Amino acid sequence: MAGESNGAGVFGSSIRRREDPELITGQAKYTDDLQLSGMVYCTILRSDYAHAKINGVDASEAEALDGVIAVYTAKDIEASGVPGGIPVGWLLPDMKIPEHYMLAKDTTRYVGDGVAIVVAEDQYTAHDALDLIYVDYDPRDGVADPKKATEDGAPLVHDEAPNNIAFDWEIGDKEQTDAAFANAAHVASLDIVNNRLIPNAMEPRAALADYNSITGELTLYMTTQNPHIHRLLMSLASLGLPEHKIRVIAPEVGGGFGSKIHHYADEAIAAWASMQVGRPVKWTATRTETYLTDAHGRDHVTHGELAMDADGRFIGLRVDTYAAMGAYLSTFAPAVPTYLYGTLMSGEYDLPAIHCHVYGVFTHTVPVDAYRGAGRPEATFIVERLVDEAARVSGIDPAEIRRRNFVSPDAFPYQTQVALEYDSGNYEGALDKALEAIGYDDFRKEQAAAREEGKFLGIGLSTYIEACGLAPSAVVGSLGAQAGQWESAVVRVHATGKVTVYSGCSGHGQGHETTFAQIVASALGVPYEDIDVIEGDSGVMPHGWGTYGSRSAATGGSAIASAAEKVVDKARTIAAHLLEAAEEDLAFEDGNFFVKGSPDQAQSLPDVALQAYLAHNLPKGIEPALEATSFYDPANFVFPFGTHVAVVEICASTGQVDLKRYLAVDDVGNVINPMIVDGQVHGGIAQGVGQSLYETAVYDDGANLLSGTMLDYAVPKAHFLPSFETDRTVTPCPHNPLGVKGVGEAGTIASPAAVVNAVVDALSPFGVNHIDMPVTSEKVWNAMN
Amino acid sequence: MYPSKFDYHRPSSVQEAVQILADNPDAKVLAGGHSLIPVMKLRLAAPAALVDIGRIDALQSISRSNGSLRIGACVTYNEIANSADVQAAAPLLAEAAGQIGDRQVRYRGTIGGNLSHADPASDLPAAALALGATLHVAGSGGSRSVSASDFFVDLMMTALQADEILTEVEITAAGAGTGSAYVKFEHPASGYALCGAAAVVTRDAGGSCTGASLCFNGVSATAVSAADAASSLVGSDLSDGAIDSAVSGMSIPDATGDMFASAGYRQELARTLGAQALRTARDRA
Repeated sequence: MAGESNGAGVFGSSIRRREDPELITGQAKYTDDLQLSGMVYCTILRSDYAHAKINGVDASEAEALDGVIAVYTAKDIEASGVPGGIPVGWLLPDMKIPEHYMLAKDTTRYVGDGVAIVVAEDQYTAHDALDLIYVDYDPRDGVADPKKATEDGAPLVHDEAPNNIAFDWEIGDKEQTDAAFANAAHVASLDIVNNRLIPNAMEPRAALADYNSITGELTLYMTTQNPHIHRLLMSLASLGLPEHKIRVIAPEVGGGFGSKIHHYADEAIAAWASMQVGRPVKWTATRTETYLTDAHGRDHVTHGELAMDADGRFIGLRVDTYAAMGAYLSTFAPAVPTYLYGTLMSGEYDLPAIHCHVYGVFTHTVPVDAYRGAGRPEATFIVERLVDEAARVSGIDPAEIRRRNFVSPDAFPYQTQVALEYDSGNYEGALDKALEAIGYDDFRKEQAAAREEGKFLGIGLSTYIEACGLAPSAVVGSLGAQAGQWESAVVRVHATGKVTVYSGCSGHGQGHETTFAQIVASALGVPYEDIDVIEGDSGVMPHGWGTYGSRSAATGGSAIASAAEKVVDKARTIAAHLLEAAEEDLAFEDGNFFVKGSPDQAQSLPDVALQAYLAHNLPKGIEPALEATSFYDPANFVFPFGTHVAVVEICASTGQVDLKRYLAVDDVGNVINPMIVDGQVHGGIAQGVGQSLYETAVYDDGANLLSGTMLDYAVPKAHFLPSFETDRTVTPCPHNPLGVKGVGEAGTIASPAAVVNAVVDALSPFGVNHIDMPVTSEKVWNAMN
Repeated sequence: MYPSKFDYHRPSSVQEAVQILADNPDAKVLAGGHSLIPVMKLRLAAPAALVDIGRIDALQSISRSNGSLRIGACVTYNEIANSADVQAAAPLLAEAAGQIGDRQVRYRGTIGGNLSHADPASDLPAAALALGATLHVAGSGGSRSVSASDFFVDLMMTALQADEILTEVEITAAGAGTGSAYVKFEHPASGYALCGAAAVVTRDAGGSCTGASLCFNGVSATAVSAADAASSLVGSDLSDGAIDSAVSGMSIPDATGDMFASAGYRQELARTLGAQALRTARDRA
């Protein structure tokens, strides 16, 4: 790529991802690829019952099997004296926090709950031994539906949480909102189930733990989106090892979608097992285990209402939600249906009264936690479905009713009724661009003509906003986060002018090695090829908080930009000394320092770097070497927004939904690499279309997971999807140095509402006003007949 | 995804394979492995031994003679879908085989494995049924032939005895005036048929129907023939109206309902896809 990637112009260009050659040729090393001398394997026996008392465990046959090193239960972990806990990292007022131990002690609370550990010489033996452990279960009733779980008499997941309520949370002004509804000319009202999703990262979770009993050091290679968070929680809650004795390394990580943020029992078990047997221990989830243990997403039961005046102006929104937490409170689970959900209820609209009430509910299921979008897809779905329903009941066109209610471009900063202050936006601009590109007015004519011929076309809009780059730390702390949300960076210029960048983010498919290098190339004016980016090793870089919530560009990128600026400042001081000029007289262009007007007498950044390292001739008070560290705490969230449009055709005889067009106009602020941004948008849309048409985790009445394999759970395939049309508007973020927002989740947040709005639009001749996701052919056929 | 321990045999003749099966009652036949290996990895099956018939030369070929098409049990879906002989003599089978799974599956999965596994949602059983295929079977007691209509006994159960192997599928080549079609409504996760309709019709020179068959995958516990609907077409002009009236009252006995689709919806799909398959078959006749 030499030649096209020099200096300042690199920011904003579609450089090919430097990560890809290794990934697509199979050379990249994932956790399960790693081999250590003396390594043994661990497997985990999982409960077949959603809810059961454990009367006893007989492991004698398993222990006697050739090649089995040990079998452990919760009693052994307790006896070892480690804390053994799997903590929740977001605290809400009056929240019930039941004990979550590394293995079930006397009760299993979901199918997949860990009961025993096998350590064996090889994978086959480790799995064979699981079949030889006999658990005396006393099965109890289970409950999987978050609303039914709160009814009197429902089986309790934890005795200390009556009616299975983990927390009772609200935001907004109830009185003011009720008053608005009392004065409404029209009210749109919908009951909505937001379907439970299973993450399906391409690479299953895995851990390879290597404990050195002499030094007391644990090296833990694992599938993580945030090595430092895992190090912290391993130290404090699970293993009790001092934090500085734990090194968490993320080798290549094959996707996460949030599922590799969380602190699970399994990786802690591998580490604990290594401490017991004194050998490296590897655990790799089978695909079945990923279905049974990776934190699921969504799973809400909601009633929502939107009040309007006679002109279709929104005057109030109220929402009641039962949000499943699953059997235990996962790492960031309580934040998802509260601060990442209720705070988005204003959408892109000037809404004077909002009230959102949420019950967090324990169910006998896999824990639910952040999954791509995390709360914001659920909120956007409610708001955008209600807006379409409002259009229907008021007789106003869906595009027009949106236009009538948008926060206007001159109203920023805009303080919503649900805590967020939107910093910038031009919602009508994105809508106009999308309607024009899709041919909205012509479509309505085509739709009417098609209906005459018995063909059912529909168009759906989703004018979304999202809040990502979670920040600032003091604010998230006041809301309950037991973590900071700043980000770290080190920019190290070597003596030869080559650059190594260390980021506290931890990419797992996002392309950070490319985009972060683009930021630095632009800031330092050095060739892109001369910059390497390193992430994902708690032993190498300063503390960071990882990659999730579309935060990496806005927080990690900004940290890198700040560190690069510090480097330039120091280099300028040295260059001024070398040029015998005053700093304020120097210009810095394309990596060269020179006295303004005399570009021929320049000191390049590599020239300065060499002098900084030799330290033979540095200005007084300037330390040798050329590097800088930044800990960047953002001033606010960032607020990407846009308009997505779906066009569908429904097969009249089978009900099958054909997604014919999908168009996205996103505003993610300044764009570092347009190709990577497009890729993120494409992936996000595919995942949101997956939720809207195909994916759903199905539990039976006894809380058994029925959709437990890829034969049953439908991840969208490429041939289900049209070629996406993408475009952008650019409203730079006003408060970070790069003017960037986030893009990783926008597609997933916007698309479910666009698709379902299109289906409902197509079915309007049948009097249909809502269909729950996934919109299967059978559901549509039933609605038509 | 680690199967239990098993012994592995790789016989070089059908005779040898049958003998191993007779000697090992807990053994399973391995052909392409695309049904058996996944269930072994999930430990839903744990055969004591596998008898790999994948390298028996006698099971590998497609031949055509005297108006008859013979396909060896280990011929892959991909070979069937792309064989000029199959496309000429039994285009329905080629069309169905081309819709199975994805490219990788079609390069490994075999017709013998497919029919012996008897998954009712797979694509070949209804085609075999609609074509009136004859299945040649070898066992320790000798060889025999079973008609497709007698072969599929129940959900994943066939007329094969424990020591028998399906060796060859024989189909009478399509005559003049015959058209066929396979139409599938696939489950978005598995790609298996929520409903798959296989239709064959024959018309005389005047365009009137002299023979019809209509069979379904995915609707009930076995591939099933809608014989009444098909026979009601004989003598008709195969017009859209005739086809619609033949399928409109059709009801598949013991239709299956599950988390993917209710029995009623599968019946509806059968009527819709059945009509579609018949119309396409007619247009090709």
